[in-house]
Amino acid sequence: MSWHQQVFALLMGGLIFLIIVELVRRRKLKEEYTWLWLVTGVIIFLLVIWYDFLGVVTKLIGAKIETSALFIFGLLFLILINIWFSVKMSAVVDQVKNLIQEMAILKEEIEKKSYILEERERKCRIKKRSADSVDNELKKYKEER
Amino acid sequence: MNNKLIIIPAYNEEKRIRKVIKEIRRVDKKVDLVVVDDGSEDETYERARIKGVVVLRHCNNLGYGAALQTGFKYALKNEYDYVMQMDADGQHRAVYIREFFSKIEEGRWDVIVGSRFINKAGYKIPFMRKIGMGVFSWLASVITGKRITDPTSGFRVINRKVIKFYASNIYPTDFPDADVIIMLNFSGARIKEIPVMMRRSTKKTSMHNGIKPVYYIFKVFFSIFLTLFRERKKI
Repeated sequence: MSWHQQVFALLMGGLIFLIIVELVRRRKLKEEYTWLWLVTGVIIFLLVIWYDFLGVVTKLIGAKIETSALFIFGLLFLILINIWFSVKMSAVVDQVKNLIQEMAILKEEIEKKSYILEERERKCRIKKRSADSVDNELKKYKEER
Repeated sequence: MNNKLIIIPAYNEEKRIRKVIKEIRRVDKKVDLVVVDDGSEDETYERARIKGVVVLRHCNNLGYGAALQTGFKYALKNEYDYVMQMDADGQHRAVYIREFFSKIEEGRWDVIVGSRFINKAGYKIPFMRKIGMGVFSWLASVITGKRITDPTSGFRVINRKVIKFYASNIYPTDFPDADVIIMLNFSGARIKEIPVMMRRSTKKTSMHNGIKPVYYIFKVFFSIFLTLFRERKKI
């Protein structure tokens, strides 16, 4: 590996690391998801300083050159990460569905209860009004007497 | 409180929903009705708000199965014993309501499905859909070992055991279809089909329009395949 390649790979590894740390710091990325990206950065870093390891892996999987091995693992990584995100998304879709359903049921319950309350209040008002009118009539009657 | 409930999932049904409710009310004045408005963009919600009808509204469109499931969750929460599902497009005839409920109240069955094809009572469907329905019907019959003539029928009544099952996360929220019948059969539910006549839907855009049939066929096949290998929870 030429020193150009080494510097470029190191810069990329460092950049990924910095972006991840900054995103977590700004709370744009949950700690839960950071480990995966940090591991990616560390792997890039390791491959740069321990290039022979890549050669061993290349031979192991039967690839002709190291870059092919890197491409294969890069692709595999992206496929796996997409599957993982699909799993997470399915869970989130389920949670959103349950929330919307629960909200619809609760909203109806609130409407029903507030209707009952309004009705009670209305009846109370009517009762009070009729009690007041009886009082007034009584008062009027007493005054006249 | 009434122990029977009819669930009508509705999406953009402002033109038909009131007619469907009135038809049900003509046949049965006492049965409780819940309309689940699945995030309609038209005035379905406002049109369905008639005295004595509960309307649950999704703030987003979740799909036919999810709308039905909201109704099942409502039924479970309010302790209903029997739940009937009917479509909001007027396809299902309210005259069968009493027959459905009296059959399920006998206690011999957990699910009663209204089938269009027992008596072949003149229900005309497009050729391609007919083939699809035939394949699903054959598949459901072979897997369950029982004759299932109309696994895609949404005209059903279920008892409390099945309400609980449907309210769980097992229930598919996009197209609950032949896979649900198979799942129910594996769970030990006793399923009975009774002959019904249905009208043709007057709705111009069906949930099986556009690219959806391709996904629908894939989904039902895949779901049936997976059902064979899943853990079978007893209801």
